[in-house]
Amino acid sequence: MLRVRHLRKTYKDVVAVDGVDLEVMPGECFGLLGPNGAGKTTTVEICEGLTNADSGDVELLGMHWNSHAGELRQRLGIQLQETQLSDKLTVMETVRLFRSFFRRGPEASEVIELVQLEDKQKSRVGALSGGQKQRLALACALVGDPEFLFLDEPTTGLDPQARRLLWELIERFKLAGKTILLTTHYMEEAERLCERVAIMDFGRVIARGSPGELVASAGVARRAEPATGNLEDVFVALTGRHLRDE
Amino acid sequence: MNSALGKHPLAQLTLVRFREFVREPEAVFWVFVFPILLAAGLGLAFRSRPADVLKIAATTPELVRALRQEKLLNVRSLPAPAAEEALRTGKLALVVLPAQGGGVLYRYDDANPDGRAARMLADAAVQRAAGRADPVAAGDRLMHDPGSRYIDFLLPGLVGMNLMGSGIWSIAFAIVDARRKKLMKRLIATPMPRQFYLLSFLISRLALLVIEVAVVVGFGVLVFGVPLRGSLAVLAAFCLLGSLSFTAMGLLIACRVRTIEAVSGMANVVMLPMWIASGVFFSADRFPDALQPLIRALPLTAVIDALRANMLEGSNLAQLAPEAGVLGAWLIVCFTLALKLFRWS
Repeated sequence: MLRVRHLRKTYKDVVAVDGVDLEVMPGECFGLLGPNGAGKTTTVEICEGLTNADSGDVELLGMHWNSHAGELRQRLGIQLQETQLSDKLTVMETVRLFRSFFRRGPEASEVIELVQLEDKQKSRVGALSGGQKQRLALACALVGDPEFLFLDEPTTGLDPQARRLLWELIERFKLAGKTILLTTHYMEEAERLCERVAIMDFGRVIARGSPGELVASAGVARRAEPATGNLEDVFVALTGRHLRDE
Repeated sequence: MNSALGKHPLAQLTLVRFREFVREPEAVFWVFVFPILLAAGLGLAFRSRPADVLKIAATTPELVRALRQEKLLNVRSLPAPAAEEALRTGKLALVVLPAQGGGVLYRYDDANPDGRAARMLADAAVQRAAGRADPVAAGDRLMHDPGSRYIDFLLPGLVGMNLMGSGIWSIAFAIVDARRKKLMKRLIATPMPRQFYLLSFLISRLALLVIEVAVVVGFGVLVFGVPLRGSLAVLAAFCLLGSLSFTAMGLLIACRVRTIEAVSGMANVVMLPMWIASGVFFSADRFPDALQPLIRALPLTAVIDALRANMLEGSNLAQLAPEAGVLGAWLIVCFTLALKLFRWS
């Protein structure tokens, strides 16, 4: 579905992505984990065709961005980190706008129902809660009936209830056999949703495998009871305990 | 809304533009209400008034009788010390005193135009009362014609100013806001044809333009009787061309900026010289000759000059070709540069 090879991207004197290789299989949810500034978003935006890599290769749905950008855009669902949709539009107007860009896909009202915003369809976006806004962003990513979904930190800043609701929606999308690339820094989210994960730090992939494999791996063996270890322990063991700035 | 047309991305994007405008009360105020308030206020302040009657005093009944023949003078009878005091404190423009040998003496401040005018009027009245015959018969035909008043001059200026403000602001602000919120990045992550995004601004601008020009010009014509001596098609053509030039300018201003503060500053830097120099409130001819070529090259000057010539003098398109050329040049240069420099993220 998605194959990324030797990806490299430098901003001025900062190496954001330093030789990343990834492979996402059809029907799986792949998690890209890492602390802030690890290069997750840059990697994802290169895969989404929004940022140009300095070198390396991205193959998505068997196509490349430089030759099939229009076709790829029709078949991808994208949710960006921190997009603020227009506050003055209603939920329905926003979804209709995004729906109009795609050749095929469900009706706007069906997508709104799917993300459980039917009570809010006439509300202004500015009046929605954080969780409702994220579900609206998900709706805008689903309007084209995508084969591949990019979710960049979809639950950051949400309360536990809103986060669980969003997880259920993502699980439903997985059940339909679709493929997802998800970035997050919530380990619980990755353990629940992802079949496989890669942990990034300083622009490189420093560990990869299923959440279970990683938990069972050497990084957590130092703990007294490996059976109760979780992905969070793996994450902290691998990326260190110091605080990261943005 | 369920028609194929309603589902077209350009239709949806244009609808979004309208919704965002209508749901922003401040924008509606600045585009529609403000120019009307300004025109009404200035129209009232500078309305044509009957000439002022000048207050003077005389110290003898004979002089008072003679002077009262002049309708433009308000003559009081006062004793000399009281008259002197009133003159000194500015309550009177002139005091007329008898002089030796049947003559008259005029007391006034010759630095005061009212004093000089009152002296001329008073002297003519005194001489005529003494039997002077005017060798040349003189009559007056007063001028209060529509087309020569301040409001007639002002209205095309306000229309031009409005075209500039709404053209530059509407697009520059919306684009920078969308970029800042990463909404623009989100949109280009969809299959949205990018030219439709920019086109939607243009279409909504032109639709709002019709309303905003009609509101301001209609107000001037109906309330103040401002004349429309030229063809309405030429008027419309210049509003359209002007608005397109300013929209292109707004696009150029916004092509890379990421913050509202920066775009506000840039828009003001661009607009301020035109507010001052382009003849919105007073004629641009008042600036020194050396600056004139520069001022004539500004797009606002071209719009206002063309609208004024069209509305007040009835000039046709051929006579306004230089102004059309200036606007066309701004449109092409700004639009080409903006597309070259534009950043989508």
